[in-house]
Amino acid sequence: MSMVQISSALLLTAFILYLFGTILFTVSVTGKKFKSKKKASTGSRIGNFAFFIAILGFLAQVGYIFTRWSADGHFPISDMFEYTTFLSVMMILGFIIIYLIYRNNSIGMIALPIAVIVIAYASVFPRDVEPLIPALQSSWLMIHVTTVSLGEGILMLSFVAGLVYLIRVIDQTKRSKRTFWLEAVMIFLVCALGFAVISGIFQAADYSEKFKWVNEKGSEATLEYKMPAIAGPHDGEKISAGFGPLFEAPSWMNGVEAPKKFNTVIWSFISGLIIYGLIRLVLGGRRIGYALNKALRNVNPPLMDEISYRAVAIGFPVFTLGGLVFAAIWAQQAWSRFWGWDPKEVWALITFFFYAAYLHFRLSRGWEGEKSAWLSVIGFVIIMFNLIFVNLVIAGLHSYA
Amino acid sequence: MSRIIVCECGHKNPEGTILCEACGKPLQEEQSKSLLNMRYEGSARRSQTYNRTPIDKIWNYFSSVKVGVTLIILVLIAVAIGTIFPQEIYIPQNADPETFYKEQYGIFGEVYKALGFDNLYKSWWFVVLLGLLGTSIIVASIDRYIPLHRALKNQKVKRHERFLKKQRIFGTTTTADAEVIFVKAETALKEKHYKVRKEEGALLAEKGRFSRWGPYVNHIGLIVVLIAGVLRFIPGMYVNENLWIREGDTQAIPGTHNEFYIENHKFSMETYKKDDPQYKEALDRAGSVVKTYRSDITLYKAKGDTVLGEKPKLKKIKDFGIEVNKPLEFSGYQVFQADYRTDEPYAMKFKLTDKDAKKSFGNFSVNLYSPKENYNFDNGYKVQLMYYFPDFYFDDNGDPATKSDTPNNPAFIFNVKTPDKPKGETSFVAIQSNQAISKNNQYKLTFAGLDTRNVSGLIVKRDFTIWIFFVGAMIFLLGVVQGMYWNHRRIWLQKRDGEVWMSAHTNKNWHATKKDIHYLTEKTGLNEPSDQLEQKVFEEERGINT
Ligand code: HEM
Repeated sequence: MSMVQISSALLLTAFILYLFGTILFTVSVTGKKFKSKKKASTGSRIGNFAFFIAILGFLAQVGYIFTRWSADGHFPISDMFEYTTFLSVMMILGFIIIYLIYRNNSIGMIALPIAVIVIAYASVFPRDVEPLIPALQSSWLMIHVTTVSLGEGILMLSFVAGLVYLIRVIDQTKRSKRTFWLEAVMIFLVCALGFAVISGIFQAADYSEKFKWVNEKGSEATLEYKMPAIAGPHDGEKISAGFGPLFEAPSWMNGVEAPKKFNTVIWSFISGLIIYGLIRLVLGGRRIGYALNKALRNVNPPLMDEISYRAVAIGFPVFTLGGLVFAAIWAQQAWSRFWGWDPKEVWALITFFFYAAYLHFRLSRGWEGEKSAWLSVIGFVIIMFNLIFVNLVIAGLHSYA
Repeated sequence: MSRIIVCECGHKNPEGTILCEACGKPLQEEQSKSLLNMRYEGSARRSQTYNRTPIDKIWNYFSSVKVGVTLIILVLIAVAIGTIFPQEIYIPQNADPETFYKEQYGIFGEVYKALGFDNLYKSWWFVVLLGLLGTSIIVASIDRYIPLHRALKNQKVKRHERFLKKQRIFGTTTTADAEVIFVKAETALKEKHYKVRKEEGALLAEKGRFSRWGPYVNHIGLIVVLIAGVLRFIPGMYVNENLWIREGDTQAIPGTHNEFYIENHKFSMETYKKDDPQYKEALDRAGSVVKTYRSDITLYKAKGDTVLGEKPKLKKIKDFGIEVNKPLEFSGYQVFQADYRTDEPYAMKFKLTDKDAKKSFGNFSVNLYSPKENYNFDNGYKVQLMYYFPDFYFDDNGDPATKSDTPNNPAFIFNVKTPDKPKGETSFVAIQSNQAISKNNQYKLTFAGLDTRNVSGLIVKRDFTIWIFFVGAMIFLLGVVQGMYWNHRRIWLQKRDGEVWMSAHTNKNWHATKKDIHYLTEKTGLNEPSDQLEQKVFEEERGINT
């Protein structure tokens, strides 16, 4: 086996372990509900075991990083696959830190499946080992990206705790704006899963279809779609057999291969909604939020609020250090300017401002609890926006292919 | 003069105080039922006390966290909108900024530009917004820091009954031997690194007070960063020059006032090898990928005073290979590898021959950037360069002329002097063409080859503001860590009528505080106090559910 294959196998191992850990955490949380005080300790014993599994998964991922590193010849964070995978590792690390402080199983029950989704999402991008262009050949790059993603990983745990809080406190017995938005978050997560599933299916089928178009740099190029084209390139011309396109991607999407990515987003929503429909069927028509609310009855809301806040408190300086300070040091070396208002830089700054606003909101009475939890959801959306949509919509120095 | 409120414990509090600085007794009787609002210790903040003069009003406005958050959100939104279309610095180089936005993005682009989003970070309203943000940070910090500091300095060990009861964490234990419990408590709390103070029948354990100053430290850092941003607008704070330098040339480094010189030996560009097994698949997909850009240079310093127009004496400082991510650094300057041009014409070579004898006298090479006037051969043969046209064309009168100083199409008029023709023969030579002006020349000059050179595009920077930004960022981070990774915890114990009361407060991190309290109760046998906030939440919920 080559190093690349070993690294892929390790990643798959972690993926399976996290799935397994999710189930164990769920049992540890829901199992407790029906039992007496004495049995409650069984729940925490299962919880300990689940945490142990999560640690094993984390170690497998660390193994993935080192084997991939040796195959790459550089630290594995230079393309979408590597970066997104790395983010999942950092999120798990964030989870481990928070778990060691609070020993809370319901956090694991939500954090692990999100890590699973992130890995599934990452695994769809091309996995070729890529050489580094000169600008990326810097140890500051490694320092910058590892710190940013550690910060983001911890901030994502703020979202996890906030989500647990919302699931727990929102009254699911009647429909409201709150149940609607909470369900929207669930659908978003399911769509990320849908993306991984549908990409996997078309990759297995080796689907391909080609267009001639004028790319983001203004030159003629061919664009290969790996999924049937619902949205074709703007003013593109199909030059192979295949489905569609039903319409054209808007011209203002300027990222690298934007129409293709846009098409993928559409497919993700379609498949996500189908999966969501299936889940609701299984749940007897109930909302996901409703089912989870039942499962998370025993959660202590003020504690969740504190964990969510604590994750921001820990993650905010880490993110600032990596995303702004180290980023600036690297940009100074590579591009001779420490700050250039590149869209990706600016979105790191927006993330910074957002969490600063979060911390100040919490200074006012009445912003703790549910409002803070919603803010942590928005924070997560901003991080995801920077990861997914900035690359899609906006052309810049950082946009990985 | 402002009013002074004397508390029943005898402490004199400034006007506006909510909780007595010394004993904590609530001085304003509104919140009778709920827990105490412990923010800033209930101290007298200027903004909460005075609202008479316009200055008071302005002060209160900037001091408000609501205003502060609004400003942060406004900056956030502005910056986010600023990424929708590219900033002016990122539009294609050949595009005219005046028309680009309208042509590319239609009416939205036009509005975008009209509102200054095309050059957001220099637009007046954005700068004003940052100014307001800075003012707000300063005012809010002063408004809170001074009274908070005062209140924490004046706090007494013994607290008022109502202060204790209305802490989030509160509990009582009936006991006969309070003395023993106090001794045990002191030891237990010291083990947990609390500073313990005692008074008759009361104990205050405190740790991490310094973390309360974290926000003020980090705000100072932010102000330093803002100041660094303002300094950017002052000329002379930073040097930013482009330098194109050919291989073999030595030039003064722009921006250094002719103090430093640089000689470019060689520019090289290396790509990844196609057959590299490691990257084969990726290279098949992407084509060729560059591995390094590098300029091998020598840095010199001019010796003594330089006379204008004269070449100074140079002292070598060091040899260096400038690469992307590896700038040359000296005396506060940085020189970056930024761009390149390959294979530019540099020198032309000619051969001098005798038309009849078909005899060659040898070659000579003319530097296209600084040609010499005379080129000498053996035995008194000599070529004189009379005219040089770097960018040759025939003007309206049909005379040879040059369009620019760049050697795009070099042409020369030479005078060939030989022992038999001492006055010389003129001949006109251009790239690939060779016309003798007088057709029957005895000696002939032929083109014998072109010397090319690579050109390095370098950027020279010196930036005093970087350090200010950096120091500001570090102060900010230290302040945030100070305020976030540590927290201020206090535990009060008091003897009251055969009971021991315990209360606790922390500005954040209740979880860890409760763990400390749990340790304390285990060591002393005191009852575990209750978390009145959690209790309230659960009670309310039961109220809803039943
Ligand atoms: C981008 C701008 C800002 C950043 C990054 C920032 C950062 C911070 C941070 C990290 C904290 C600590 C929060 C905590 O301990 O929970 C804090 C506290 C605070 N900030 Fe800011 N801040 C900013 C602007 C402002 C503004 C404009 C105001 C004006 C009202 C303000 C007022 C405060 C106050 C009152 C505190 C609490 C102080 C205390 O608890 O003693 N901040 N700030």
